[in-house]
Amino acid sequence: MIDEELVQLLTPEGERVAHPEYESTLSGDEIFGLYRDMAIIRRLCNESTSLQRQGQLALWAPIQGQEACQIGPGRALDPMDFTFPTYREHGIAWCRGVEPKEMLRIFRAVSNGGWDPYKYRHSVPAIVLGNQTLNAVGYAMGIQRDGAEEAAMTFFGDGASSQGDVLESFVWAASFNAPVVFLCQNNQWGISTPMSVQSKIPLYHRAHGFGFPGIRVDGNDVLAMYEVTKRALDNARVGGGPTLIEAYTYRLGAHTTSDDPTRYRVDAEVEVWRHRDPIERVKSLLVHEYKMKQSKFDEVAEEAEKLALQLREDVLAMDRPDPITMFDDVYAEFHPLIEEGRQEMVDLGVTGGAH
Amino acid sequence: MATKTMTMAKALNEGLRRAMDENKKVLLIGEDIGKLGGVFRITDGLQKDFGEDRVIDAPLAESAIVGTSVGLAIRGYRPVVEMQFDGFVYPAFDQIVSQVAKLRKRSGGHYTMGMVIRLPFQGGIGAIEHHSESPEGYFAATAGLRVVSCSTPNDAYWMIQQSIKHDDPVIFCEPKSRYWEKGEVDLDNPPEHLFDAIVRREGTDVTVIAYGATVKTALRAADTAAVEGTSIEVIDLRGLSPFDTATLEASVKKTGRVVFVQEAPLTASIGSDVIRQITEKCFYSLEAPGLVVGGYHVPYPPTRIEEDYRPTVDRILDGVDRVIGFGS
Repeated sequence: MIDEELVQLLTPEGERVAHPEYESTLSGDEIFGLYRDMAIIRRLCNESTSLQRQGQLALWAPIQGQEACQIGPGRALDPMDFTFPTYREHGIAWCRGVEPKEMLRIFRAVSNGGWDPYKYRHSVPAIVLGNQTLNAVGYAMGIQRDGAEEAAMTFFGDGASSQGDVLESFVWAASFNAPVVFLCQNNQWGISTPMSVQSKIPLYHRAHGFGFPGIRVDGNDVLAMYEVTKRALDNARVGGGPTLIEAYTYRLGAHTTSDDPTRYRVDAEVEVWRHRDPIERVKSLLVHEYKMKQSKFDEVAEEAEKLALQLREDVLAMDRPDPITMFDDVYAEFHPLIEEGRQEMVDLGVTGGAH
Repeated sequence: MATKTMTMAKALNEGLRRAMDENKKVLLIGEDIGKLGGVFRITDGLQKDFGEDRVIDAPLAESAIVGTSVGLAIRGYRPVVEMQFDGFVYPAFDQIVSQVAKLRKRSGGHYTMGMVIRLPFQGGIGAIEHHSESPEGYFAATAGLRVVSCSTPNDAYWMIQQSIKHDDPVIFCEPKSRYWEKGEVDLDNPPEHLFDAIVRREGTDVTVIAYGATVKTALRAADTAAVEGTSIEVIDLRGLSPFDTATLEASVKKTGRVVFVQEAPLTASIGSDVIRQITEKCFYSLEAPGLVVGGYHVPYPPTRIEEDYRPTVDRILDGVDRVIGFGS
């Protein structure tokens, strides 16, 4: 259907399939943990879309359909690894421990970032396509120089795969054998630009041309995403160099809340991918193989509901920042124009508060 | 007091060496900077002494040179980047403006982008296109960055070290036409602070402000003017962003006349911004409007005619005559 080389350990129907190189190492409890992560992040994502529709967020970038692409790798990462995301890596951020309300600060337009990257070892999102891939390779070169057994991991989409920075990052990662894992979530659409315009070959094939392994995974199969990422990270940490993972998936929703996908793609395509839902297949596995009771899933739904309500409350409580804070953290050391700007604002009597 | 006479190129080399000796986190990244020592030999011998892990010969990709330096800075390193020529910095422009300049803000002050981007700039070496440009204005206009320029070997030696120690990203503009000129370097005592302007020659009639290669041209103009009885005060700006308004203000309030000299075209330039601020701060002391003598609004010309583009002694003196003769 998609590609015979695609690594898949769990079919859309929730049945296990054998793969010559990979097998799932996770217990029933661990798989249930992944289910829980995916269900929660989907619920939080839906809440965020609603918040945007109600005028409470400036924008939202939904991840519906891509939960497995992020939760699998998110749980494969070690706490000491360092991740370099885009604006759509809510699932990765969740796994790194970033609080949902921190993720929404950008979208509430009260911050250009939202969290302390060192606290979670998860960088602030890059919005300019591809920039973060080079930053990740540089970070990985730092790991090498420190002699540490850690890895950097970075994320981008099929759209960004055409960016010079992404291709340069492949060259550098290969040349320096950097401990970095590239995860390309190929969700088929860069806003309205289809995959066919970005590449004439499967994206993971590109890695071979740069001199390191590339692998295509069923991005809607969280078990496969977990195992493939884990092995790539383990390999990077011990000097094995970079890997490109192409997570073959689909963006079920809009690019962002400002987008209208009905203008450029057909419902039938979306329907096909709805049947490949990443969450339903894990649930099916848990029910059939592990005899998980409905009450367990209900508990997760309840927990997700609580978190969503909490998120709503937290977002509504995020007031307009005091304008004077625009001068904070621009420079590390004294800068006369920052002081002048701050003084002018004070003289003008501009102060904080919601208005 | 230990002083040594050396070229600006050697002074930069010695400054980099001292910074690398003092801080193991300082790394150099650039094209051809290892065995070759850089196309201008600024990093000559450093890879041999500090190893390939600290003096990194880069694949030829400027955006990657800066983009990976960002990651190294996040990891706690102090990258010193060499852009081979001014006209080759543009592929890295996105990383410089979108990440280097803004990551501190975006990370809520948690990231320190302590890095230096060395930029051999300005013309005067008879090169082909893209090797003689003055792109400092683009960076000066970007919040989050700082921009400096040296004009003497002593400043080169100290300013490169001060820039490396600085916790903000510094675009370090090196006047390549002055790389081979010698001067005394005081190895013990740093001069003024990194962004302070220095009065290179005192005078009473007209203030002439310059930076990089044009400082020497301005000093020669002052010599010529002195013969004709005009006393020019020459100020080396050094800090281009931010710049030292106090020193400029004191001088212009004394002379009442000011000419700014730069190689860059005038539009939206360092000179236009300096004159704007001087006009605001010294309005009642000015006897004439401030002038900028600089490049024309054209792409850098083929270098057989570059001396008709770069400010010469004659063009500076013409500017001086215009501010002295204003209204008469």
